[in-house]
Amino acid sequence: MLVIRLFEEKVEDLFTRGLVKGTAHPAIGQEAIAVGICSKLRKGDYVTSTHRGHGHFIAQGGDPNRIMAELFGKETGYSRGRGGSQVMADFSIGFLGANGITGGSIALASGAALALKNKAKRGIVACFFGDGATNQGSFHEALNMAAIWSLPVVYVCENNMYAMSMRATDSVSIESLATRADAYGFPGVSIDGNDLTAVQDAMHTACKRARAGDGPTLLECCTYRMSGHSRGDQRAYRSRAEETAWKKRDPIRATRKQLIADGELTAEQDREIRREVRAAVSTAITFAKRSPEPDPATLNDGVFA
Amino acid sequence: MREISYSDALREALQEEMSRDSEVLLIGEDIGTYGGAFGVTRGLLDRFGPDRVVETPISEGGFVGMAVGASLLGARPVVEIMFMDFMTLVVDPLVNQAAKLHYVYGEQAACPLVVRTPSGGGRSYGPTHSQVFEAWFAHTPGLKVVAPSTPADAKGLMKAAIRDNNPVLFVEHKMLYPTRGPVPGRGSRPIPIGKARIARRGTDVTIIAWSWLALEAEAAADALAVDGIDAEVIDMRTLSPLDMETVIESVQRTGRLVIADEAPRSGGVSADIGVRVFEQVFDYLDGPIRRVTTPDVPVPASPVLEQAALPNRERIAAAAAELCGAY
Ligand SMILES: Cc1ncc(C[n+]2csc(CCOP(=O)(O)OP(=O)(O)O)c2C)c(N)n1
Ligand SMILES: [Mg+2]
Repeated sequence: MLVIRLFEEKVEDLFTRGLVKGTAHPAIGQEAIAVGICSKLRKGDYVTSTHRGHGHFIAQGGDPNRIMAELFGKETGYSRGRGGSQVMADFSIGFLGANGITGGSIALASGAALALKNKAKRGIVACFFGDGATNQGSFHEALNMAAIWSLPVVYVCENNMYAMSMRATDSVSIESLATRADAYGFPGVSIDGNDLTAVQDAMHTACKRARAGDGPTLLECCTYRMSGHSRGDQRAYRSRAEETAWKKRDPIRATRKQLIADGELTAEQDREIRREVRAAVSTAITFAKRSPEPDPATLNDGVFA
Repeated sequence: MREISYSDALREALQEEMSRDSEVLLIGEDIGTYGGAFGVTRGLLDRFGPDRVVETPISEGGFVGMAVGASLLGARPVVEIMFMDFMTLVVDPLVNQAAKLHYVYGEQAACPLVVRTPSGGGRSYGPTHSQVFEAWFAHTPGLKVVAPSTPADAKGLMKAAIRDNNPVLFVEHKMLYPTRGPVPGRGSRPIPIGKARIARRGTDVTIIAWSWLALEAEAAADALAVDGIDAEVIDMRTLSPLDMETVIESVQRTGRLVIADEAPRSGGVSADIGVRVFEQVFDYLDGPIRRVTTPDVPVPASPVLEQAALPNRERIAAAAAELCGAY
């Protein structure tokens, strides 16, 4: 969780200072969901992600050096500089890709689950998306088909209360997004997405169901995007008071407190971990800066397999 | 005349048309408080209220279909699709519905709909936020496609698009938003759809471009002038219907043609214009038609690769110079 936080803080800073071009969507405040979900996956399972995908990728074991290099548009990046922040993947660790199209991964994840089922493979798919993405038609089409075919997929809705500037409560007329699963006949559960243990417990149950061939689950993980939507967002659509209130529910602070209370972490160890993570993020930036630019002569390579 | 930005010119057109006709309404994602992803609709929610500035969930296929339906009953919706890349999600309501209605249902049906959308690369937004899909829609009978390059044209053509009784795709290249130029004030007249503009007169070679590349073509012409080549630049402004009259007249005078198009090379508007010239005035051409386009690749995110992919003033100038025998 700390790796994601410090990585994203640096990314925000790099974009603000114009050292990295394009745009990025930081996952600051949503770390417990990425980590809680991916911690329950095994080899042979898959993940699909979103525009806000650095955290999912890191939680799934993605290399921060290569993610950072992709943001810098370098040859050593996951997409060799072709994709950028919203377009990177590493199939070897089960990460089937971020996605620049809101809702774009939901049908893909369900199709991957279909392939796993048809090949009688054991794996399952964890499909991340935001509250806003649940308003896309393909969300509803995919969930219905996953239900009728009992596909091994866990739909993970990161409800951070906003889709860009639109409040989730203004974009639907239901109380909880979890109830959308009712329409398709499978379980929908709403949980505190800033509570790592709650996420893990819910994912545990959903995985069991998917692995048993009983079909999908929709997990609504309630959380808050602590920074702006993307670079340059003035956040005029929400109040500073609301932001302050959510700061008190910072998932990293809560997890640390819990670990210390349980005697699993000392203050000294905590400081040491912070030092290590800070160093790792610095290393990633150095790696990215020193990596070569892609060769323009290779522009036309790889359009077809 | 006062100078304002392309974004401001669009906003003025929207505001003046909304004041003039109560049927005009805006529909789209984050177009209220946020002002749209590129700030074009900033302030209009406060001015016209939520019934006329309708903020939608992320449901492009749904709300464009709804705009088509509303237009059947007399509304004049101006829909914003946040990036042209997301036009993929609204092809059905535009192509299978809006574009056919007047042809099949006759006078009872009109579809006075405008879909505004930012196109193109240059900002390292990556392969799903940098595309140019004009050709798909120019390929659809019943749809009009405009892609103005100057703030004045943006204002005039937006007014024309809103008053047009047909569905119009209004393409706004994202590099153009901050560019500035002279724009007429309140009550200014619409600029007719389907008329190209000769941006610069010349005698040696005709360079055709539109949208962002029209600016690059003018810069290329400046560079060519230094080398003694007198280039004419035509800003097409409208891609459907094409103003071939202006193009043909120019090619008859210059005998040489360069077409600059940011879209991929295959199946694009550049090919269409080239073939029409070939069909109509083959015998006036002193050399082959040259096209400067993006190759058939997705637009990469890396600034180095992106610059290698996209047409620019240097490539346009080089093509024209080569045609004129300078190199
Ligand atoms: C089809 C499509 N429409 C719009 C966008 C622009 N866009 C990118 S992220 C976003 C908001 C997504 O909200 P949500 O799904 O809640 O995810 P969050 O950003 O809150 O993580 C929007 C509108 C897009 N990328 N794709
Ligand atoms: Mg959201």
